[in-house]
Amino acid sequence: MIDWILLFSNAAQEIISPTTAAYALAALGLAIHFGFTGLLNFGQAGFMMLGAYGFAIATLTFDWPVWAAILTGVVASIVFALILGIPTLRLRADYLAIVTIAAAEIVRLLFTTNTFEPVTGSANGLQGYKGGFEALNPLLLFFGENDLIGFGPWVYNPYDWWVRIFGWSLVALAAFITWRLFKSPWGRVIKGIREDEDAVRALGKNVYFYKMQSLVIGGVFGALAGMIFILPRAVVPSNYQTSLTFFIYAILLLGGAATVFGPIIGSVIFWVLLSFFSGFIARAVEVGWLPFLSNVQAGQLRFILVGVAIMLIVIYRPQGIFGNRKELAFVK
Amino acid sequence: MAHAASRPFTRRAPRRFAAVILAGIVSALSLSMAAPAAADEVGLDEYDFKISGLVELADEPLADVLLVVEGGGFRVEVESGEDGRWAVGVPEKGDFTVTLDENTLPEGIAVIDPEDETPNVREITVGQSGSAVANFFIGQGERNTVSLFDQVVERLFNGLNFGLLLALAAIGLSLVFGTTGLSNFAHAELVTFGGLMTLLFGVVLGWPIWIAIPIALILSAGLGYVNDAALWKPLRRKGVGLIPMMIVSIGLSLAVRYIFQLFVGGDTQQLPGATDTTLSIGAFGLSWTDVASMAISVIVLLGVAYFLLRTRIGKATRAVSDNPALAAASGIDVDRVIRVVWVMAGALAGLSGILWAYFRPGVSWDMGFQILLLTFAAVTLGGLGTAFGALVGALIVGLFVEISTLVIPSDMKYVGALVILILVLLVRPQGILGRKERIG
Repeated sequence: MIDWILLFSNAAQEIISPTTAAYALAALGLAIHFGFTGLLNFGQAGFMMLGAYGFAIATLTFDWPVWAAILTGVVASIVFALILGIPTLRLRADYLAIVTIAAAEIVRLLFTTNTFEPVTGSANGLQGYKGGFEALNPLLLFFGENDLIGFGPWVYNPYDWWVRIFGWSLVALAAFITWRLFKSPWGRVIKGIREDEDAVRALGKNVYFYKMQSLVIGGVFGALAGMIFILPRAVVPSNYQTSLTFFIYAILLLGGAATVFGPIIGSVIFWVLLSFFSGFIARAVEVGWLPFLSNVQAGQLRFILVGVAIMLIVIYRPQGIFGNRKELAFVK
Repeated sequence: MAHAASRPFTRRAPRRFAAVILAGIVSALSLSMAAPAAADEVGLDEYDFKISGLVELADEPLADVLLVVEGGGFRVEVESGEDGRWAVGVPEKGDFTVTLDENTLPEGIAVIDPEDETPNVREITVGQSGSAVANFFIGQGERNTVSLFDQVVERLFNGLNFGLLLALAAIGLSLVFGTTGLSNFAHAELVTFGGLMTLLFGVVLGWPIWIAIPIALILSAGLGYVNDAALWKPLRRKGVGLIPMMIVSIGLSLAVRYIFQLFVGGDTQQLPGATDTTLSIGAFGLSWTDVASMAISVIVLLGVAYFLLRTRIGKATRAVSDNPALAAASGIDVDRVIRVVWVMAGALAGLSGILWAYFRPGVSWDMGFQILLLTFAAVTLGGLGTAFGALVGALIVGLFVEISTLVIPSDMKYVGALVILILVLLVRPQGILGRKERIG
């Protein structure tokens, strides 16, 4: 029989999981790009990858402390944003889309190739970079390394809690920054660019420069998301395929593209539903309710679901759950 | 979260199948000669770190070759197994020396590398991944004696072949973009569909390939029609913008790709004739399927050119690409033109998928997605929305991808093409054949 309690508890765990936090932060960065500025960035996976590898390589190859490793990832993503932005931000929106998706693939192929194996670990990726971060864990002052803390479905050891606290604090901080930014005059100019670039230009604003700032800020959020993403797992290049970017788009569109809390709530809803759905299908196959599916096939159903969800949201509710229909990213 | 299994870009391995059979025969032979059981794995359980490798002589695994691994005061001996593989556990990370004992090689064979005085000794480092690889491909030096000229000619042919099949996909994508403004990410699935249908009729149902391919093409054209009739036309009617439509195509691409996987699984399967006999021209091999593939591409591309330049509906297509409102005002049935373009795009993409299946070689669920970015690169390079630009762009991308492997490692060959795309956008954003006002 199906263990419903286990299914619900697994789904409930996703509410605060670090993966949810990472996707929320990446989606928030994308909200700045796409929702507020109207930039079609399809390379968010590339930003996340640079954050993740920047952190891991700085720790492993150069033996730098945690703050320097974080800074490395952030700087890498800023450089990446500049490289992407300089040729494309003057062009029509779909050029940025093609260039960002190509650039993210270039980054992934460079980290996957055997040529740089000693530094990148090629297809096997990297691990063993968590020591410095683990040592900063304040919970170890009160608990032993293997103590289990928590209640209900949320029982973890101190390291897992520390990853969650760190990740969600970053998300909260990023949300606050975004909220302040878009209440400021800067944010109004950015939204103006989304609505009518020429009008903003006529007011004497340097549109190119504002777009570049937006690309950098959202990219840095992506890089930080990449770091949260690798704290509970290893860095593996195959995690950063274009489908990662599409998942983040699904989250963003679900929550509402031009909102601050949409991406965060969207991420929680997305992962809770996805976990519940995947778990349910997998159990249902085991019990024999779906005789035409194998276990592997059941695992692939989630991608079909995400794809269909993206289509339905864009067609029937383009503003997402929390968005305002008047404030649509796609006016053109 | 568990993403799909990694999706490495498949390298071209024209005679892989034959090689596998050969390897099988060789291992069977050596088994029948009752070779002593070689200790091909030493100390793997004992130590955390691993050095492994492969000894091959002219693409065949070489057994019972003695290798000595030394480093940091640690020394271990290992013999390669029947499959040519060996692995040893080592106690720590760091630098190691792997020495191949040339006395254990078959008579009259030595490791030769003109650039290395002691080619049987390798210096390797066990790094962060905890493992390292030292492969000895004996007789690979032989391949390097193929003159640079012959290598270039072989790459040129491969590149031309690849560029032509890419052009078939790119022209459809470009025509759809020109007439409707849609950047269709689901075009990749039209390409895959062509390969899958040929697999279904030619292999699963076992029909002759000359029947299977036309059926696959007709079905692909039909899928193009269904695409437009069931999804894009209603969305245009609804007044959905271009960027939302593009995101819808991304969702469609993701869903359809995994529906394909649901049916065919994650394996690669071969079409009949994919491992055809080789036709030798000069020092390089060119198979009959390569020649046929190029001939078909050229004929079809000429047909498309004739259609666009000489026929009424072709001229109407170019008029709609140029200015839909003006075309509609001068009495052109825009919806009909778009329908024709979609049917054509479906058929061309399907054909491209079949040829791609022979080029890779193999049919798999994400084969179209593997070349989607290159297709977009070709279209953008040539000039968005111009059919002949897509052709020029595809040829450039195809040639560049193949020829660049002379210089860069082949697992990075797509990087070069994508870098070129970004560089061209820097200096000529409208593309090679594009007109300046298009970039807005």
